[in-house]
Amino acid sequence: MSRGAALFDVAVVGAGPAGLAAAVHAADTGLSVVLVDAGAQPGGQFWRHPDEKAGLDEGTDNHPVEAAGHHDWKRFADLRSRLYAHEAAGQVAYWRNTQVWLIEPDAVTALGLTPTLDVPASAPDGLPATVRARHAILCPGGYDRQLPVPGWDLPGVMAAGGAQALLKGNRTAGGSIAVVGGTGPFLLPVATGLAAAGVKVAAICEANSPSGWLRNLRGAVRAPEKALEGAEYAAALARHRIPYRIRTAVTEIHGSARVEAVTISKLSADGSVLPGSGRRVACDVVALGWGFTAQLELVLAAGAETCVDVDGSLVAVVDGRLKTSVPGVSVAGEATGVGGASMAVVEGELAALCVAAESGAASAGAAGMGVRIARLQRERARLRSFAVAMHRANPVPGRWHGWLTPETVVCRCEEVSYGELCSAHAELGAGDARSLKSFARPGMGWCQGRVCGYATASIAAELAGRPFEGPAAAADLRSMAKRTLAAPVSLGQLAALVFDGPDLETPDFAPPATDKGHEP
Amino acid sequence: MELPRTVDVVVIGAGAVGAACAYFAARAGFRVAVVDRGSIAGGTSSACEGNILVSDKEAGPELGLAQYSQSLWRGELAEFGHLWEFESKGGLVVSAKPATQAKLARLAGRQREAGIDVELVDGPELVGLEPHLNPNMAGGAYYPQDAQVQPMLAAAHLLRLARGMRATVHPDTQVTGFTRTGGKVTGVVTGRGTISTDAVVNAAGTWGGAVAELAGAKVPVLPRKGYVMVTEPLPAMVRHKVYAAEYVDNVASSDAGLQTSPVVEGTNGGTILIGSSRERVGFDKSFNPRVLAEMAVKAIALFPFLADVKALRSYSGFRPYCPDHLPVIGPDRRTPGLWHACGHEGAGIGLSVGTGALIAASLGGGEPALDLAPFAPERFNGQAPGHTTEAAHA
Repeated sequence: MSRGAALFDVAVVGAGPAGLAAAVHAADTGLSVVLVDAGAQPGGQFWRHPDEKAGLDEGTDNHPVEAAGHHDWKRFADLRSRLYAHEAAGQVAYWRNTQVWLIEPDAVTALGLTPTLDVPASAPDGLPATVRARHAILCPGGYDRQLPVPGWDLPGVMAAGGAQALLKGNRTAGGSIAVVGGTGPFLLPVATGLAAAGVKVAAICEANSPSGWLRNLRGAVRAPEKALEGAEYAAALARHRIPYRIRTAVTEIHGSARVEAVTISKLSADGSVLPGSGRRVACDVVALGWGFTAQLELVLAAGAETCVDVDGSLVAVVDGRLKTSVPGVSVAGEATGVGGASMAVVEGELAALCVAAESGAASAGAAGMGVRIARLQRERARLRSFAVAMHRANPVPGRWHGWLTPETVVCRCEEVSYGELCSAHAELGAGDARSLKSFARPGMGWCQGRVCGYATASIAAELAGRPFEGPAAAADLRSMAKRTLAAPVSLGQLAALVFDGPDLETPDFAPPATDKGHEP
Repeated sequence: MELPRTVDVVVIGAGAVGAACAYFAARAGFRVAVVDRGSIAGGTSSACEGNILVSDKEAGPELGLAQYSQSLWRGELAEFGHLWEFESKGGLVVSAKPATQAKLARLAGRQREAGIDVELVDGPELVGLEPHLNPNMAGGAYYPQDAQVQPMLAAAHLLRLARGMRATVHPDTQVTGFTRTGGKVTGVVTGRGTISTDAVVNAAGTWGGAVAELAGAKVPVLPRKGYVMVTEPLPAMVRHKVYAAEYVDNVASSDAGLQTSPVVEGTNGGTILIGSSRERVGFDKSFNPRVLAEMAVKAIALFPFLADVKALRSYSGFRPYCPDHLPVIGPDRRTPGLWHACGHEGAGIGLSVGTGALIAASLGGGEPALDLAPFAPERFNGQAPGHTTEAAHA
């Protein structure tokens, strides 16, 4: 597909914190950059914001209205203005509303592009089918890790990140009384964000306990800004009178047409539900988050090595320069290990500068680049140790399956229940995630396992009676995450590859509509 | 599960063919153990479309096996059909050109003589059968007997039923060798222990050649790679299994290069499955988007509406292919105690149950329902591997 496609020094996939930083810093060094992003405007999930054209002239310089509810907005605003300047100068080709459906690393990496599904009307004008680049920096980010719970398919139940996206992008909360549940520090901004939008937060249910966090404080102490952030949230919780319940989980969601209440239960130290501890709490919004899952299809499609990180997520294996096992392909941001936006920005710049240093960019020889790279590597190590401490303190409860009932839907696309997975194991002998998928179809629908992949892999281990760790867990996660097509692509667009590729003969089944040769 | 020490029959391979062998052998009263180096239905059975076709077969021994298998799928196994989503959807073979249609008509004639239910249809009738088909087709042939199952469920349920008849199933159990006494195979050595047995059935599919090799027997099974593409779910747009007449030629061809011919069918879930490709690239699993691209071109030529339909995913697998395109079924006279049931190429799901029933009859020393001579393992003696015979498809 590469013939005739434009060639860039660097292709950056994703315009969230990592990708934005990578694109801007690569362009700063004089490299030509193509930036491909599924969003209509830069920022990714973390800096999701209302339509820029609609809101730019509101607010004041100090408190622009689009910064509401955001952390580090100044950093984003700076990167964004530099991106737009590079775009205007022709240094960055920026394809919005665009997904990469195919990656083919070689001497140069080729990327197949397709308009995003949900916004066909705004399909970018003149979008090339393919771009090529000497280096690819993949910054696909992550999304909320979800665990099924009875009733989670009711309207009003959202991923924690989804609730935040609603607030950031649309300024709505979707209800008036919320329960926020799951584990990890991300629950705090979600809860305080909801409260600031006027929602009564009836409870935060944190499955772990801060004492677990204390044991891992060594990592946390090295990131004092995080402690400060934590203090701000604690103050906000107090201000909004939000109850913070530890070792507690939402174990059932009630309602007929939509959410009406939840049952929250205590968890014992091993993560199992304490029988009889359940208590009903009325609410009309439920936001659930169990950490994050890195978006790995492009990493896997590129053929790069992956491993299971301390938080149980499948991530790309990278070296100190963020290079993968595949030459010419780097990864930055959550896909190297979930670490938050600050770390993603550091990684984006680090990946870009390492590529620049290698490829003899205009400023590569400039004094200071090596020093800067070393500093970024130290900064990354510091943030990584904090992230590891947080992951260790906030594991997915080991016995979360205990709150599932046979009727609980695990795969929402294909409507596969936990009971069906149990039968696939008990009756049909499914011993791993791939077999569960073969016999019961979890992960076969629209989202291709993006939502239920982790849960299905974890259930496979539980049913088989093995711990969810090590190579078996990695194999289960990979079997749910590997996709030959990284994004849905129309057959028409796929067909175009035939006429573009160097190695293929003309098809011998000529389309009959154009076949004028046959006798009547 | 613990391996049994002694059984009557060890079946190597837990795909559709191995499962069918286990089912029919257990039903015949044998104590059966099934071993597989991977998971149940984890090989080619998990990478195919679940075809039960008569339409793509020239009159001859393979068609006879297909008809026998049909009688089992629709006969004594009918009560389980819902478990493996048996669907008698019917096949529609279409020709783009009058010359192709003439050739198809001759094939249909020979098939009809062999007892196949087939009806030639002209262009306007085609549109009645498939309203979204490209209207510029010269004609086609309709095969009401063509059917489909969900292949992984078929294998898994056949094994479940076999377990109900004392069989045991052992995934993640790789065969590393055989024990022999005076030339006869008397046991199977695995990574998890040895099982003593009177008979071993090699149902290892594409890997059947390697298993035979462990017993010192040569069975030339080669991998022939194929892709299947799956679209987004849609309201029912394609009613039958629809494919171009050239598919029959590709099935029978031995060309090593890439061949594609369009095969399009709807599923109960609303997705559309699109095939087919054939290439001999060994066991190379790498993804080649150009193969999907060529399949897309041809599928759109059959059903123009597909141009705007999104492909969600694809998968690929390795058909177990013998040089003469016939499976290997029956006792290996060179290696007493060893039976083969492999090499079914792209037809293994459909032919699995017939194969299983034939093997069970042969294990018991009875007269199988079909003559096994055309499928004999020794038929390759003296032939160089890769030697091709087109006689069956002349």
